[in-house]
Amino acid sequence: MARMTMIEAIRNAHDLAMERDKRVVVFGEDVGYFGGVFRCTAGLQKKYGPHRCFDAPINESGIVGAGIGMAAYGLKPVVEIQFADYMYPAYDQIVSEAARLRHRSAGDFTCSMVIRMPTGGGIFGGQTHSQSPEALFTHVSGLKVVMPANPRDAKGLLLAAIEDPDPVIFLEPKRLYNGPFDGHHDRPVVPWKNHELGDVSEDYYTVPLGKAEIARAGEAVTVLAYGTMVYVAQAAAEEAGVDAEIIDLRTLLPLDLDAIEQSVRKTGRCIVIHEATKTSGFGAELSALVQERCFYHLEAPIVRVTGWDTPYPHAQEWTYFPGPERIKQAFTQVLEG
Amino acid sequence: MTEPRPLALHVPEPGCRPGDTPDFSDFEIPRAGAVRRPEVDEAPEDMRDMAFSVVRVLNKAGEAVGPWAGILDAEALRNGLRHMMTLRQFDERMLKAQRQGKTSFYVQNLGEEAVACAFRMALEDGDMNFPTYRQAGLLIAGGYPMTQMMNQIYSNSADPLKGRQLPVMYSARDHGFFSVSGNLGTQFIQAVGWAMASAISHDTRIAAAWIGDGSTSENDFHAAMVFASTYKAPVILNIVNNQWAISTFQGMARGGAVTFAARGHGFGIPAICVDGNDYLAVHAVAKWAAERARSGLGPSLIEHVTYRAGGHSTSDDPSAYRSKDEFSAWPLGDPIDRLKRHLITIGEWSEDRHTQAQAEIVDTVRSAQREAEANGTLISGDKPSPRSMFDDVFAEMPPHLREQRQEAGY
Repeated sequence: MARMTMIEAIRNAHDLAMERDKRVVVFGEDVGYFGGVFRCTAGLQKKYGPHRCFDAPINESGIVGAGIGMAAYGLKPVVEIQFADYMYPAYDQIVSEAARLRHRSAGDFTCSMVIRMPTGGGIFGGQTHSQSPEALFTHVSGLKVVMPANPRDAKGLLLAAIEDPDPVIFLEPKRLYNGPFDGHHDRPVVPWKNHELGDVSEDYYTVPLGKAEIARAGEAVTVLAYGTMVYVAQAAAEEAGVDAEIIDLRTLLPLDLDAIEQSVRKTGRCIVIHEATKTSGFGAELSALVQERCFYHLEAPIVRVTGWDTPYPHAQEWTYFPGPERIKQAFTQVLEG
Repeated sequence: MTEPRPLALHVPEPGCRPGDTPDFSDFEIPRAGAVRRPEVDEAPEDMRDMAFSVVRVLNKAGEAVGPWAGILDAEALRNGLRHMMTLRQFDERMLKAQRQGKTSFYVQNLGEEAVACAFRMALEDGDMNFPTYRQAGLLIAGGYPMTQMMNQIYSNSADPLKGRQLPVMYSARDHGFFSVSGNLGTQFIQAVGWAMASAISHDTRIAAAWIGDGSTSENDFHAAMVFASTYKAPVILNIVNNQWAISTFQGMARGGAVTFAARGHGFGIPAICVDGNDYLAVHAVAKWAAERARSGLGPSLIEHVTYRAGGHSTSDDPSAYRSKDEFSAWPLGDPIDRLKRHLITIGEWSEDRHTQAQAEIVDTVRSAQREAEANGTLISGDKPSPRSMFDDVFAEMPPHLREQRQEAGY
């Protein structure tokens, strides 16, 4: 067991996967010599050589498209899109190609690849370095979508994603790279080295895709969250003294419906939180599913706490970010409702 | 039939990484004045040679020589020098402000000041640039108020972009400066569209597209090339080859081509490489391309060969991926030193005047900064209202946004 940041855990997952499976190749912008702008691939080129970890030209559609070709050949590409906000040129390759290859060829060709991308805001990144595009992927048939919330899961989920026979979108909440940021931007963040979820086994292990985890057990209200919002919700629950059950979804697709259903049937109340914009966000899907499956157990309308339906602003980022105060208001609303 | 041998992947590497000695001996630099100046209406296929050499005007002795020399008078050159010195001083102060926490991010122009500053002087009012985040020289040379630039950098209460955009992603329509996106390459094709609109409207305006060496890899670069070529759009397509795209050297984007300019040939677009650290050369080539565009002769591609002397942004440390000595070994020198030397050589400048100009510029930039900081910085003072972040998503605010704004407490 070692204490790792989320960056180190992700790097370690790459290392173990490359060591274990010669088919794993890693590439993207600045990932080779430099080791990535967030350092998630540092040292890999030196250890495994430039034919297995290399820089790519600045062309996201090329990175994903080339990855699809390699996956079809039988390699296991793990590619990095430098920021999720840079993903859009690759969207056609992801949606029309990677996601559908197995289906349209009736299994003749498949695409086992992982597309990693740092996601989310809270770093004064403005509209081009802050977005959370998860709903743009969950809406597409054929993609699995993962977002870890701590170093241990980041490593295990990444290794599971690499093992997976289908394309996996691996969203890394960059505000959690160095510690469990809880939305209090005016306070220092506890680094992972001082946090128990920074305990990461150095061995090879996987965290199965499609399994949620209860981040905080409780009776009063179910909170569905993922990524950074898991800690923001925890802070809100502690500060408001609400006995919330906080579910870290970990995988958005496939979704652990059993865990959600079990919790909401118990608490009878549900809050859905994400940093992405509200309209047609993943929270709409979660809200609909809870309504479909737990309607007769609900004692109050489901409440969504999300980013506003505006581009992610630079100066007003903390007005945009759904912080603990807004979640506390949602607790009041759902508990008194 | 020989036995097939196992293949190996070619991954290009720069000649020089940290700890290595920079070596630019492979970089063939023609003598200043040696490259010809084609007529603007010369057939593109007859001037392919222009993509494989480098137009240079200033020689080592500080003289302006050859067929591209003689356009600018001494006053224009002194203005050009002041613009570049101002930009460098502006960068220095804003870099410091970022380090002091007064803003979140900054992108400097160090070492490539001549490119945007000289280019701007070849355009007319009404023309439009579609810049990247490293063309602040277009604004400085175009007379845009520095205080406004700083207000934007500080995201303060007077920020013309209301705190919405990352620092340096300016927008200044009246100064021929299109809103900088921050995503790479996306605007190269938009410049072509703007130029096509001018042609559709039987206007006389032209557009200038800007992209970095690394971003020429993006699909939008190629989209721009095919549209510009097909419609003979009145556009100047600028590639600023500053050698580095964060940590990847320009060979990662150029691939097997000899130059980026040569990319123009497949599209039948005339292409010229220019010494990007030579103010006179950049200006002369820009003027030539602008004349082509305005005469209805269509697009031109310019590769500005320069060197990014600073980091990509305040978010990276270049010593992690390239030699610290590379800029001092860079054979095209420093654009400010070169123009200064030229002006002194022709008797239109002196060390004393330079020192005095520098002092005046330091003072002007400092005053602008003081004025901007009175409007607040990212961490202190007045800020744009959070209420305003709900404006301009649409021309007219739809009911759901009005509701969200109220929910946010504004």
